Amino acid sequence: MKTERLQALMMAAVDEEISAEERAELDAALAADPELRNEWEAFRRLKEMTETMTPREAPGETWDGYWEGVYRRLERGLGWVLTSIGAIVLLVWGAWTWVQEILADTELPGFVHWAILALAAGLVVVFVSVIRERLVVRKTDPYKDIVR
Amino acid sequence: MRYMQRSYYAALGLVGSHEDALDLSQEAFARAFRACATIDPERPFFPWLYQIIRRLCFNHTRDTSSHRKKLEKSGAWLADTTMGRPPDSPERSLERAELREQVAEAIEKLNPREREVLVLREFEGLRYQEIADTVGIPIGTVMSRLYAARRSLARELVDAGVVERPEEPVEDPT
Repeated sequence: MKTERLQALMMAAVDEEISAEERAELDAALAADPELRNEWEAFRRLKEMTETMTPREAPGETWDGYWEGVYRRLERGLGWVLTSIGAIVLLVWGAWTWVQEILADTELPGFVHWAILALAAGLVVVFVSVIRERLVVRKTDPYKDIVR
Repeated sequence: MRYMQRSYYAALGLVGSHEDALDLSQEAFARAFRACATIDPERPFFPWLYQIIRRLCFNHTRDTSSHRKKLEKSGAWLADTTMGRPPDSPERSLERAELREQVAEAIEKLNPREREVLVLREFEGLRYQEIADTVGIPIGTVMSRLYAARRSLARELVDAGVVERPEEPVEDPT
């Protein structure tokens, strides 16, 4: 408890967010503890160093094309969504047409028809199961907003 | 727009590379635009946008095979605030450049959450309460993360020989 308090006080002092009372408390602790004094000195020196540094300025041309980059991302995102929807619709339609043709072909052995029906039913079950799981997890997962 | 540069520099502090910071801050705006229905007009915009930026940046830094980072010299994202003042001697300039590089490298080694708080304080100049509001953590956590970040940084710089190792406290014989 005491240690955490002193750590917080050192940070507040280094960043000049300390009150006069807190400063007095820190000074008393520093006077009594040489190890703490060493740590305090290290923080003070570090602050002196970082105060002379700043993030490097971005090259001038960065800002000229900045929003174009954002719009391009939005455009491409929309492009991918449309492409994905189109591809899924075409694939489903193609598969459905193919299955219908196979099922209508009376020359094929019966087990092929049954296998195709099982395959289609299996895919539907897996798809529905995955979607349901995703929806349930999204609603109930308490850690969904936690970034690892 | 006023948030453009702020977003870029927030990302730069978290990833330490110009190209990545540009990419990630632009991506954050694109995602913000797609999610604009969830903006609460009663609350400030930047902390909401910052949440998107930090997630993107944390995910990015987690990817250790980050391609661009290797191309861009480590530590190149920090500059001197003394620029514009009377020039130092060549030796002094070189010393300062080395120091800057070592500090930047030491910051890059920090845990991302500690680095985030340190960068917001030291380079964005936010006060503790502003950091707490922006990151969405209690002020006590801001201070403990800052302490952890500075302690690690000080150790790194001692190990790198940038600063002298502190003297061992002498036991009072009485």
